[in-house]
Amino acid sequence: MDACDTPDCSQTLKELDVFLDSELSDAARDTIRHHLDACPDCLSAFDFHAELKQVIQKKCQENEMPADLLSRIEKCFDTDFDGDGVIG
Amino acid sequence: MADQEVFAEQAMQYAPQLYSAAMRMTRNKADAEDLVQEAYLKGFRSFHTFTDGTNLRAWLFRILTNTYINKYRAKQRRLDESDLGDIEDLYLYKRLGTFEDASIGRSAEESLMEMLPDDEVKGALEGLPDNFRLPVILADVEGFAYKEIAEMLDIPIGTVMSRLHRGRKAMQKALHTYALERGLADPQPEPTDSSKEGQEN
Repeated sequence: MDACDTPDCSQTLKELDVFLDSELSDAARDTIRHHLDACPDCLSAFDFHAELKQVIQKKCQENEMPADLLSRIEKCFDTDFDGDGVIG
Repeated sequence: MADQEVFAEQAMQYAPQLYSAAMRMTRNKADAEDLVQEAYLKGFRSFHTFTDGTNLRAWLFRILTNTYINKYRAKQRRLDESDLGDIEDLYLYKRLGTFEDASIGRSAEESLMEMLPDDEVKGALEGLPDNFRLPVILADVEGFAYKEIAEMLDIPIGTVMSRLHRGRKAMQKALHTYALERGLADPQPEPTDSSKEGQEN
């Protein structure tokens, strides 16, 4: 980790978020990949954040929706709320 | 109306995702259910403005996000960016990332998935101020692109990126605090031979 202080490393780490979000151009992405192939310290930091991103994605989801929510919503689609003769 | 029938057919499949995001936004079931229901009703009423062939999921999330902002933001204290403080880059990695540097116990085989309990990850996200929480929910939980998030929140892409960066660091700091609390509360969970107190025969 301490080795991540060369200009190459600091530039690579600056792009960490954008790389992991798949928002870099192909060329910029290749430059990062090239550096990661040669730098275990940066690779380790990238791996950690890729794993953390997966953890957040998985653990912040709700696995169960309240059973009656769908029917409540669908009922809205049959209701004329404002009495103007039009559904909705 | 025909297009409203199409809406009912095509939009309901996204309800679990919208409910999930609504839970992280409102932090409670009753408000989350109301928010999703209201978003669907708005979508139903304004479906004639939806452009065929564009992303219905993103369109629904935009409605959900705007409904949340308009309805619930007034209830909450408005927080600006300075409220998160200055948190160093790679905050959690520097503390948990490498085993020799770890300030709390993480065995070599233990993944972050095993190490971080669901409640703590949700808590770290829900503890963020709205300005940061919404971009993190939309990017990290729902997988939207920067451009889509910028349109949903009506902010520039650069602002999406900086809020994501700062929001994620604040989440990492919260996760570290939780981990420390757990470590400090129960530093030696395994009973040893010299302390048989409380052990059953």
